[in-house]
Amino acid sequence: MTFMEDNKNKIKKVLLLGSGALKIGEAGEFDYSGSQALKALKEEGIETVLINPNIATVQTSEGVADRIYFLPVTPFFVEKVIRKERPQGILLAFGGQTALNCGVSLYKEGVLEKYGVEVLGTPVQAIIDTEDRELFVRKLDEIGVKTIKSHACENIGEARRAAADLGYPVIIRAAYALGGLGSGFCDNEDELNKLAEKAFSFSPQVLVEKSLKGWKEIEYEVVRDRYDNCITVCNMENFDPLGIHTGESIVIAPSQTLTNSEYHKLRALSIRIIRHVGIIGECNVQYAFDPNSEDYRVIEVNARLSRSSALASKATGYPLAFVAAKLGLGYGLFELKNSVTKTTSAFFEPALDYVVCKIPRWDLGKFRGVDRELGSSMKSVGEVMAIGRTFEEAIQKGLRMIGQGMHGFVENKELQIADIDSALREPTDKRIFIISKAMSQGYTVDQIHELTKIDKWFLRKLQNIKDTSNALHACKSINVVDNGLMRRAKVQGFTDFQIARAVGMEEEMDIEEASLIVRARRKAAGIVPVVKQIDTLAAEYPAQTNYLYMTYSGVADDIQYEHDKRSIVVLGSGAYRIGSSVEFDWCGVQALDTIRKEGYRSVMINYNPETVSTDYDMCDRLYFDELTFERVLDILDLESPKGVIVSTGGQIPNNLAIRLDQQRVPILGTTAKSIDNAEDREKFSAMLGRIGVDQPEWSALTSMEDVDAFIAKVGFPVLVRPSYVLSGAAMNVCSNQEELERFLKLAANVSHKHPVVISKFLQHAKEVEMDAVARDGEIIAYAISEHIEFAGVHSGDATIQFPAQKLYVETVRRIKKISGQIARELRISGPFNIQFLAKDNDIKVIECNLRASRSFPFVSKVLKINLIELATKVMLGVPVEKPHKSLFDFDYVGIKASQFSFNRLQKADPVLGVDMASTGEVGCLGDDTGSALLAAMLSVGQRIPEKNILLSTGGAKQKADMLEAARTLKEHGYTLYATGGTSRYLTENGIENNLVYWPSEQREPQALTLLHERKIDMVVNIPKDLTAGELSNGYKIRRAAVDLNIPLITNSRLASAFIQAFCHMDVNELPVKSWDEYK
Amino acid sequence: MRNVTLILDDGSRFHGKSFGYEKPVAGEVVFNTAMTGYPESLTDPSYAGQLMTLTYPLVGNYGVPPFTMEPDGLATFMESDKIYASAIIVADYSEAYSHWNAKESLAGWLKREQVPGITGVDTRQLTKVLREHGVMMGKIVFDDEPDNLPEAHYEGVNFVDQVSCKEIIRYNEGGGRKKVVLVDCGVKHNIIRCLLRRGVEVIRVPWNYDFNSLEFDGLFLANGPGDPDTCGEAVAHIRRFLAGEKVRPCMGICMGNQLLAKAAGARIYKLKYGHRSHNQPVRRIGTTQCFITSQNHGYAVDSDTLGEGWEPLFVNMNDGSNEGIRHKERPWFSAQFHPEACSGPVDTEFLFDDFVGLLK
Repeated sequence: MTFMEDNKNKIKKVLLLGSGALKIGEAGEFDYSGSQALKALKEEGIETVLINPNIATVQTSEGVADRIYFLPVTPFFVEKVIRKERPQGILLAFGGQTALNCGVSLYKEGVLEKYGVEVLGTPVQAIIDTEDRELFVRKLDEIGVKTIKSHACENIGEARRAAADLGYPVIIRAAYALGGLGSGFCDNEDELNKLAEKAFSFSPQVLVEKSLKGWKEIEYEVVRDRYDNCITVCNMENFDPLGIHTGESIVIAPSQTLTNSEYHKLRALSIRIIRHVGIIGECNVQYAFDPNSEDYRVIEVNARLSRSSALASKATGYPLAFVAAKLGLGYGLFELKNSVTKTTSAFFEPALDYVVCKIPRWDLGKFRGVDRELGSSMKSVGEVMAIGRTFEEAIQKGLRMIGQGMHGFVENKELQIADIDSALREPTDKRIFIISKAMSQGYTVDQIHELTKIDKWFLRKLQNIKDTSNALHACKSINVVDNGLMRRAKVQGFTDFQIARAVGMEEEMDIEEASLIVRARRKAAGIVPVVKQIDTLAAEYPAQTNYLYMTYSGVADDIQYEHDKRSIVVLGSGAYRIGSSVEFDWCGVQALDTIRKEGYRSVMINYNPETVSTDYDMCDRLYFDELTFERVLDILDLESPKGVIVSTGGQIPNNLAIRLDQQRVPILGTTAKSIDNAEDREKFSAMLGRIGVDQPEWSALTSMEDVDAFIAKVGFPVLVRPSYVLSGAAMNVCSNQEELERFLKLAANVSHKHPVVISKFLQHAKEVEMDAVARDGEIIAYAISEHIEFAGVHSGDATIQFPAQKLYVETVRRIKKISGQIARELRISGPFNIQFLAKDNDIKVIECNLRASRSFPFVSKVLKINLIELATKVMLGVPVEKPHKSLFDFDYVGIKASQFSFNRLQKADPVLGVDMASTGEVGCLGDDTGSALLAAMLSVGQRIPEKNILLSTGGAKQKADMLEAARTLKEHGYTLYATGGTSRYLTENGIENNLVYWPSEQREPQALTLLHERKIDMVVNIPKDLTAGELSNGYKIRRAAVDLNIPLITNSRLASAFIQAFCHMDVNELPVKSWDEYK
Repeated sequence: MRNVTLILDDGSRFHGKSFGYEKPVAGEVVFNTAMTGYPESLTDPSYAGQLMTLTYPLVGNYGVPPFTMEPDGLATFMESDKIYASAIIVADYSEAYSHWNAKESLAGWLKREQVPGITGVDTRQLTKVLREHGVMMGKIVFDDEPDNLPEAHYEGVNFVDQVSCKEIIRYNEGGGRKKVVLVDCGVKHNIIRCLLRRGVEVIRVPWNYDFNSLEFDGLFLANGPGDPDTCGEAVAHIRRFLAGEKVRPCMGICMGNQLLAKAAGARIYKLKYGHRSHNQPVRRIGTTQCFITSQNHGYAVDSDTLGEGWEPLFVNMNDGSNEGIRHKERPWFSAQFHPEACSGPVDTEFLFDDFVGLLK
C-alpha cells in the first residue's frame, strides 16, 4: 500500500487556514492559493473546513470549502474550531505568514498533537528551520550553502555591537515577521537605534546583517514531492537590485541576465536546499547574486506559498498551490498531470516563450507624511503582471496597468524632480519614471547604472523605448510615421495614445480622438496585435489552453475564433489598490460562474496575478492583458462577443463604458448613458432635483469667486473632490479658507476633463449604504447597511453593520423609496450602490454607482443571496425570480471591519478621513452586534487590552461620545490614562484617571514614555478635527502606537462600540459557528 | 539591418532582419525551447547543418563569453571548437548585452564565425509549423538578393563524419586510474569534462575508429548530429565490443543511446514531436525517481524491439518514448537525454558517477 492510499483512507477532513484581511505584505495571492488548495482537496473527495474572516474572498464563497468560519486566524480561535470539527489534517502553507505563524504556535503548544491533527505537506520542523534565522543559517551551513550571516540580537546593545563588527551599512530584520515588517537598512548607529527599537516591538529577536546592496536578486520557485522528486517551476530576476524588498521590486520572469551556468547553478542549489530542509510541497528560495562573479548568498527560504509563487503560477501556467496541496496529501509529482496541457506530466519545468514583468502598485499618495523611500520593508498594496514578447512591450504594458495615470515608460506628464541624482539613488515608488526623465535629460545608461545599480541590460532596453519615442517626436505628424516605425513602436509596447501624443496630435485635437486616428491608420496598414497562448512548453507539443495574451511580436493568432456570439466578456478590476481589491475579484468570478452556468462562453480580461479571476480555470478564455480602451477594443475585435460586462470590476471598467459604447460595443445591463448620468455630478444632480431627492449642497468649481460665493452660503467644513474617482482619490475636507485654496490647486490638476466639485460637509450624520440589483429599473434584491462611524470616515474604512441595526423604520422606508426612484429613473439593469446620509429622518444621497460596490460580497454572504449571480442573470437577460421578502429578514448580524497597514507605512498619520486608507477588510457574523463586532475587531488585529488604556478623545462632541465607554472601562477594572483636556473632562464627570502629558509638554508622566515602556495596552486617540494636522501631538502618539504595535482606535463611535463589546462579553463565550450555522 | 526571409520547404515564409553574418544559408530548421544557453547550443556539434530556432524570444542578453581553450584542449565556456549550427533564428535579438564575463556580442561572434542570425521572427508560430510538419529544410534569403538562393541537404548526409575528430585525442594521459574510450560522434566538451573530473583518462576516437584494438576499461558513446542510420560502422564496432569476452562498462548519451540500442538489435524511429528543450521529464523505470533533463533529438529507440537481455532504463513522462536502455546483467547503459547538461539542468550528472563507479 502506498502512502497515498494510506493517507486517503485516514484523511477525510482537512482544515485550511486562510490569511485574513488583505494587508500590505499579505494580500490577494492567498485567496488564490487557498482556493486552489481547496479545489485540489475537493477533487479527492475530502471534506474541507476553512477559517478565514476575509468575507470578500473567493475562497469563502459557497461551494469552495464545505464549512467556513469567519473567525480570526489565531491559535485561540483555530483551536476552538479544531475541537469542534476534529479534522484529521491541517494545511498551513496556503494562508501566508498569518497561517504559518498560527500553525507553528498550535504545534508548539501541542494543540495539533492533542487533537491528532496531522500537518499535511511540509513538516512544522522544516517551517521552523526556515523561519528562525539562526536555525536556518545552521541548516544551510550543514550542506555548505552560503547565507547572509546575521547576528541574532536580543537587545539593542547587542545589535549595536553586531553592527560595529560587521561594519555599516547593515540591515536589520525582525524574526518571524511578515514580508520584512520592522526591517530596514542602517548607514550609522543613529539609524540603527531607531530601527532596532521598532523591530524589537514586533519580535523578541532582531537580526543584524551585512548589507549586500547592489547585488542582483534572483528567486526560484521549487517543488518537491515525498519521493524526493524536485522541480523548479520558475525563476525570476528583480529589476531593482538587492536592497529593495522583492515585493517592492519590478520583477522579470524568467531571469534575463543570467547565463546558463548561473541559472543552473542556482537551480541546483535550490534543489539541494529544498531536499535538505525537507519541504513537501512548494517553497521559494531567494538569492543575492554578485553582478561580477558567480558568488551568491541565500537570502531566505519561504516554506509556503507566497506572493512570488502566485506570480510564478500566473507567469508560467503551472498551478503551484494546486500541486502543493496534492503533494501534501501524499501524491508524487509523476502521478499528476500538467493542468494546462492535460496530457503531459506535472513533473516538468515550464518553458516560457514570452517575458513577464511584475510591477508593484503603491498608494503612498493617500498617506499624509508617509516616507516614500523604498527599502527592505514592503509598502506596495498590489501588483500587476504584464506579458509580452519583448521586454519593452511587457514593461510598458505593466506601467499602464498599475493605474497611476501613466501611459507607459514615455509620453507621461512631466514629473517635477528637484534633484534627479538623488531621486535615482534613493528609490521611491516613482523611480522608473525618474529614469525616463533622466534619459530625456541626457543621462547615459552608464550614469543611471552608477546611481541605481540596475543592470545595464534593463536600462538599455528602456533606452530603446526612449529612442523610439524620440524618433516619433521627430515625426511631428502622424502622416510622417512610416509603417516600420509604427510597427517598431507597437512591438515596444507603445499605445495609440502614446504615439498620438509623441507626434504632437494633442495640439490639434482631443487626445482620445487622436488615438482613434492612430488606430485606424495602423489597422489599415495591417499593424494589429496577435493573440498567443501560454501553454507551459513553448509550443513544443500541442496544447488546448485558454490562457492568452496579446502581442505585436507575432504574425499569427493561436486561437481560432467561433464568431458565434456566445462569448460574454467580463472586464476585471486590475491591480489591487486602496479602494479596489479582492471584493471586485469576487464579483468578477461570480459573474464568470454565472455566465458559464447559463451556457455562454465566459471570457475574462484582467492582469492582476494575485487574483482568482486570472486563474485560467475560472473561465473559458482568459486574456491576461491590459484593461485600456485600446486593448479591450483589440480583444473585442477578435472575440466579437454577445456582450461585455463592465459593472463587476469596479471603477476601471466602469470608466470605459462610454467610450466602448461609442464604438458600438454591446454593453450588457445598465446603459452607458445611464452610467454617465450617474457619474456626472451635474447630470446626476439635475436628475435628483427632477425626482425630488435631496443631496448635500454642492457646486462645480469654475473660478475662485464662485467658490467663495458658494462657501459664503453653506459655510465650512466643505468636501472637495473631482468627479470620476474611486475611493476618494484627491478628495479632502477643508475646514477653512486657507486649506481650501491650497487643496484646490492640487485637485484642479487631477483631471482636466471633469470639474472639481465642492459640497457642504455634514457632521454627525449617519451613513447608510444601499447595495442592490435592479432589472429594467425595478429593484429585485437589496441590502441596507449602516456605518458605525458617523459620516466623514470613508465608506471603505468604515465599520459596517448589516442588516442596519439602529435606523429608524422611517429612514429605511425612505431609503428604499428613493433607491427605487433612482433605479427607475436610470433604468438600472444590474448591480448598483447608493450611499446616503441620514440625520434624524432627513435623507440625502451622497453618490450612486451603477456597478457592484465594495460591499457586494459582504452583503451577499450575510444575506445568503448572491447579488452578483442575480445581477449577471439580469444582464444576460435570463429569467430571474425575485427573492422572497422573508429572505431579507434574519436573526444574526454581520460586521465588516477594516484592516489598516499603517505599521508598514513609515511616518504616515494613522488617522481616518474622507480618503480611504484601509488595505483590506473582514466580515464576521454574530448573534448580536457585539459578538460580531468583537470577532471582526480581533480579526483585524485589535487585541482586548489587559489593563492600561490611554485616552485622548478629541473635541467636545467626541469627548461626550466617549464618556460612557470610559465609564464602562473603569467599571471593568481598567486603568485609564488621559491627556490634559480628556483627563479634566473625565475627572469632571467622576471617572478616575491618571493625567499624562502630551509630547510637546515634555513632562513626565509622558504619554510617549508610557508607550515606549509598553505600559499601555490600547490607545484611543481621536483627532480634534477632520483636517489631518501637521506633526501634532496627536500624530506622535498615534504613530508611536502603530510603530510599537499597540492597538489604536481613532474614531469615538467605533471605540465606544468595541469597548462596550469586550467589556460586556467574554471572548471565551464567543460562539464558534460556521457560516451555514447562521440561519 | 538587412531584411531577410526564412522560406521553409512547405512554402511558408517568415520575415526577419539579419543580425549575424550576411550570407544566405540553407539547412534543416529545428527549434529548442530552452530559455538559456545559446553559446552552448551554438557550439554543440549536434546542431551541425541545422538552422536553430529559439522559442524563448529574448536572445543575446548576456553576450558571449571569451572563446578560450584550456591546456587540455577543451573550451573554457563552449561545447566545442566553433559554432556548428548553420544559423540562429530568434524573435528579439538584444543588441545590448550585459555580463561580467561577456567578451563580445552574439552578433559579433556570429559575424566572426560567419554564421547568419536572424531576428524579428515569430518563433512561436515557426515552432508550431515545425512541430506539426516535423523538422524540415529551410533557407534564409536576403530580400535584396532574391536570386541568391542557398542549397543544402540534410537527409542522408553523414554529419557525424563531418563533426567527429579525425584522429585519436588523449586527455589526462597517464593521469587516470582507468581508461575510457570515447567514441566521438560529435561530442560536447562537457561530456569529456564530466569524465575528467572523475579522474579517468579519456581516449577520444573518431566515430568510425575500431576501438576494440585499444586497451581500455570502459566505453563511452557520445552524442552527435543527424540520423543514427548513417553510423553503421560505429554500430558494428559496438557490437563487437558487446560480444567480446571481456565485459567492460559502457555508457551512451543521445546518439550514443541510439547506437547502443541499434547494436542491441533495436529499431530507431522518427518522433512525431521531437524533444528539443531543457524541461523533458524522464522516469527511471520501475522506480518513483524522476528527473528533468536537457534533450535535443528527433529520433527515438523503439523499446519493444530491444534484443534479448536488454530493457528500457528511462521513459519520457510526456509521450512515453524511450529515454535510455540498459543490459539486464551487464554494466551497459545509456541515456537519450543529456546528463552532461550544458546547457540545461544538471540533475542527472550522477550517471557519470555510476559509470565511473563501474570501471574496475
